[in-house]
Amino acid sequence: MTRITRDEVLHVARLARLELSEDEVAKFQEQLSDILAAVSKVSELDLADVPPTAHPLAIENAWAEDEPRPCLSLDEVFANAPDRYDDYFRVPPA
Amino acid sequence: MIDTLRLTAEEARGLLERREVSGAELFAAYRTAIDERDPELHAFLHVCDDPGIDGIPLAVKDVIGTKGIPTTAGSKILESYVPVYDATVIVNAKARGLTVLGKTNTDEFAMGSSTDNSAFGPSHNPWDLTRVPGGSGGGSAAAVSGGLAPWALGSDTGGSIKQPAALCGHVGLRPTYGTVSRYGVVAFASSLDQVGPVAKNVRDAALLYSIISGRDENDSTTVDVPPVELPDADDLKGLRIGVPKEMNGVEGVEPGVTAAVNSALELAESLGASVEECSLPRSVDYGVACYYLIAPAEASANLARYDGARYGLREDGADFREMVMRTRDAGFGDEPKRRIMIGTYALSSGYYDAYYGTAQKVRTVIKREHDQLFERFDVLASPTSPTVAFPIGAKVDDPVAMYMNDVLTIPSCMAGLPGLNIPCGLSEGLPVGLQLIGPQFAENAIFRAAHALEQAIGFDIVPERLR
Repeated sequence: MTRITRDEVLHVARLARLELSEDEVAKFQEQLSDILAAVSKVSELDLADVPPTAHPLAIENAWAEDEPRPCLSLDEVFANAPDRYDDYFRVPPA
Repeated sequence: MIDTLRLTAEEARGLLERREVSGAELFAAYRTAIDERDPELHAFLHVCDDPGIDGIPLAVKDVIGTKGIPTTAGSKILESYVPVYDATVIVNAKARGLTVLGKTNTDEFAMGSSTDNSAFGPSHNPWDLTRVPGGSGGGSAAAVSGGLAPWALGSDTGGSIKQPAALCGHVGLRPTYGTVSRYGVVAFASSLDQVGPVAKNVRDAALLYSIISGRDENDSTTVDVPPVELPDADDLKGLRIGVPKEMNGVEGVEPGVTAAVNSALELAESLGASVEECSLPRSVDYGVACYYLIAPAEASANLARYDGARYGLREDGADFREMVMRTRDAGFGDEPKRRIMIGTYALSSGYYDAYYGTAQKVRTVIKREHDQLFERFDVLASPTSPTVAFPIGAKVDDPVAMYMNDVLTIPSCMAGLPGLNIPCGLSEGLPVGLQLIGPQFAENAIFRAAHALEQAIGFDIVPERLR
């Protein structure tokens, strides 16, 4: 059975931009291993000639005219901003 | 005196039209019920003031954006978020005179089947306060069954409307994928998410579905929807019901659940339907595994937007990356973290084909199995949940056991099919739900069948302890 290693947990957490505590790393290593073992069941089926489904409806692209429409005001856009600086979202330096 | 435990939305509309009650009296009746019983049910995360419009109050799951009203998705990361626009379903509801009564509790980001995963504490089942109301839409379910709202909106990715409806004993519809706009709804898994009605009976569910459904230019996955017919027939003549044997035989279905569902199927036959056993050989066996790859994969992408930059929680950090990682660690609870990591893993280089790619092919298998059955049957019937409501906290440390709550609701979600729960009896004093699944866009056929069965079953939707 696939068990996910501590390094893999840390790698995935880094990819997903999650900073985990030591306790979380241990707990998730256990739980993610159980979940991966359960979902690996999909590999039991013979799917050689089966196409993938990304979307349950057989719909065509939905086109729209490329025309300007009314949109939110800047004050509305920034209403929930943690840190507004003029008309920018301010964040710590990269 | 308005009996909020029994009054349907259709009856409320009649009272308003005949001017027997005012909108203010109606709103106040629900506010009183909320004041009395929400302390024990915790169905609501936010209760609204009377907007002063003569309309029918509507409870709204807290993943649906409401202008000027907090919308948290049950998460600390959105605790302070107040939308600056309404979701399309709210625009549609307001256009038909409905008023937002409050925002209902949910598992964080609609991830769960018990509301144990809400960052703000679980809701309680109105039939037994020690038990879960189901999830993720347990708040809407507890509100409707507990008489705190005439009806509610839910959202359903793998069973979050149908399963709580089963555990609380009322009607919930997950509509066909693409019939209801998700614009303004907090995204979880976009190829699966659907908004739908939670109601005291089938006619109310049909009425609310007619109000919220239809094509929306702001959600390019929506399509034109056939006109909704409010059901009134009380027979099932000519209806062909298929009963997938795997959905009744799957491990973990409680005997009391099977008994109540079988009684309902016997009633269906007596109303003129033909009932025949059929098979979904791989959909039930592989559905949960397929779902718990595809939904987390999509969730890992959708939840990438919570970065502390534009809205929601922000934690301090020396640089941008540290700020983002600390914000997400502090803001997300365990279940979103688990799903983000599973999804990230399933999409990562070297594993994509084995996990996500394979799951997408299994999804095709599931869809084809259902398509084949609908050549012979009008609807499929099964239990909605393998069990009645379980104790709060019973499954929180075992994610895989929690995921199995959705084993019977997931397959049809993967295929984009409409499904409806009606209560069909009691087991151990708790409601049992019957699930009716139809082909895509067959909501009217499902409403007709469910309405006739509902009349014949005569289930009393008011929890025994509140009668």
